Amino acid sequence: MKHRTFFWFILPTLSAMILFIALPIVSVFIQSLFVEHEQVLLVSESCGPFGCTPTTTVDTEATAKLQEEQPLGRFNGLGTYINRSHLAFAEIGEAWANSDSFGDFWAQVYNLPFYSALTFTLAYTFIVTPLVLALGLAIAVGVNNLPRALKGVAIFISLLPFLVTPLVGSLILFWMVDGDGVIGATIQRVFNDPSLSLKASTALTWTMLMVYGVWHTLPFSFITFYAGLQTVPDDTMEAAQIDGATKWQRLIHVIVPHLMPLVSFVTLMLIMDNFRVFEPIVSFKAEAHAQSLSWIIYNDLRESGNPLYASAGATSLITIILAVILMSPVLVRTWRDFTRKSH
Amino acid sequence: MATKAQSRMTPLKLFSYGFVALWLIIAAFPFFWTFWGSFKVQADFLSKADWMNALTGANTIEQTGSAFTGAGYHGAWVLEDFWFNFKNTGIVVFFTVLISLTFGTLGGYGLARSGFRYAFWILMAALVFRAMPHMTLVSGYLLWFFEWNVWGILPTTIIVLVAINQPFTLWMLHSFFKNIPKDMDESAMVDGCTRFQAFRHVIVPVMWPGVITTGLFSFLLAYNDFTVAVMLLSEENETIIPAINSFMGTTQIEGKVMYAVAAVVSATAPLFVLILFFQRQIVSGLTAGAVKG
Repeated sequence: MKHRTFFWFILPTLSAMILFIALPIVSVFIQSLFVEHEQVLLVSESCGPFGCTPTTTVDTEATAKLQEEQPLGRFNGLGTYINRSHLAFAEIGEAWANSDSFGDFWAQVYNLPFYSALTFTLAYTFIVTPLVLALGLAIAVGVNNLPRALKGVAIFISLLPFLVTPLVGSLILFWMVDGDGVIGATIQRVFNDPSLSLKASTALTWTMLMVYGVWHTLPFSFITFYAGLQTVPDDTMEAAQIDGATKWQRLIHVIVPHLMPLVSFVTLMLIMDNFRVFEPIVSFKAEAHAQSLSWIIYNDLRESGNPLYASAGATSLITIILAVILMSPVLVRTWRDFTRKSH
Repeated sequence: MATKAQSRMTPLKLFSYGFVALWLIIAAFPFFWTFWGSFKVQADFLSKADWMNALTGANTIEQTGSAFTGAGYHGAWVLEDFWFNFKNTGIVVFFTVLISLTFGTLGGYGLARSGFRYAFWILMAALVFRAMPHMTLVSGYLLWFFEWNVWGILPTTIIVLVAINQPFTLWMLHSFFKNIPKDMDESAMVDGCTRFQAFRHVIVPVMWPGVITTGLFSFLLAYNDFTVAVMLLSEENETIIPAINSFMGTTQIEGKVMYAVAAVVSATAPLFVLILFFQRQIVSGLTAGAVKG
């Protein structure tokens, strides 16, 4: 194919991606360098019978004019990145100097909004992902053993939690674990504590969100592994059986190695999707105990009438960098595969 | 060819059956429960006293005289104009799928047939773009959309969803077109077709299975999207998912929770039908990228 022809084929999709994915990343960086205007203040003297007092009023007209002339705000350099709501170097240094144990230091760091969100996002990603991989493999092996007629039904039912809208899926679970819902009320009765609520403690909120995460993404790993199981060569399985391998040994030494390429693919997809966890926090109203990186960006932007573009931009850029770091092993591997193939 | 050793009931096998059964119950029960409960009143659906109420509908009988009530659906669809949000979702989903597939087929075909080094870099860039959390992209749009006065309208959301959808569509269709033999379009070109004519007359007629599978996933992305729609659409243009979220915010009054429950069931119904008819395509699409490596 000629370069010219290729150019016309790729033009629509490439321009869509450049305009709405690459440029926003640049825009996020530019936004993060600026900070909101300060309000223009007017100092006037109001004189009454008891003397004059200076009063300060906000000149709304001038503020609005300034806002219109420079919508980005005023230049702030990297100031937003190191303030208390983001990387907070000063606060961390102070916490390091003042704390006498690591636990104490960690408690102080965890109180900073960015680090609290980062902790939850990473914990969510790295707890849900391995759980989904292991349970998905177990279910795939189980379904593979089922009689033929039941397999289709099992896959149909399994697809529901995966394809349901995340916001809707988490709402459905939320109503069940709510204090008045079927699971929530039962738990209260079992522990005989009417005030027990899954929303009341950080540990329980995190568990609830992660249980939702596993429920929602398990079908993806299950179905991918199930498809992979169909390609396990019969000869190898038989040979292992003749050599006296038990079912369990065959699973560990034949099936799992055969599925390894799939495992890395599923891991990549799961990490990408879990890292952007957002909707369940909205649905479960869990923001008091669990905030993710996406959620704090949302919170900055939702600030009514006056979105904090700079703050959201800084968090976004750090999030983007983290996402790239997380997937870099896979990128490096794909690149190696490619160069090996082309030589 | 099940041998005796393979069909024997071992404890391991029994355990794995039990495990699958448990998963299926966990997967299906919340949907069944919410669907059943959507025809009850709130006192039954969220019954602190006795969860059996949600099954029997004791309070529903007391309040409405029958064990099932459509009050939640009436409230959501008629009183709260949920049909209007459904219409918006319809428009957004239709155009997103249409434009995504048009861009994606052209780009995917180009990438599959070009052996250039930069084609690989485009695919790698797409993979990185696929990993961007949508919220970070939205925070890059917002200021400019306000400045240019295009915030809040459906076309903006459609274009953004198309772009967010491109990396995935491109990867899928690229690997699909790679499986269509090169000889087909190249022999057409030997016969005097240009590249576009070969694409139009030889590839287009055979590409529909791959396009339909990809289209299903574009549909799901556009239909399930909350992040983009909640930030970029004004209240009068809301699609169903942000609308359900705003139900939750404003309707803490007794009874109105059932509007949200009914809306949730209504929003899930199209997905249920989709799985019913396209299960095979969805499964093959999920595994397409994976099994081929």
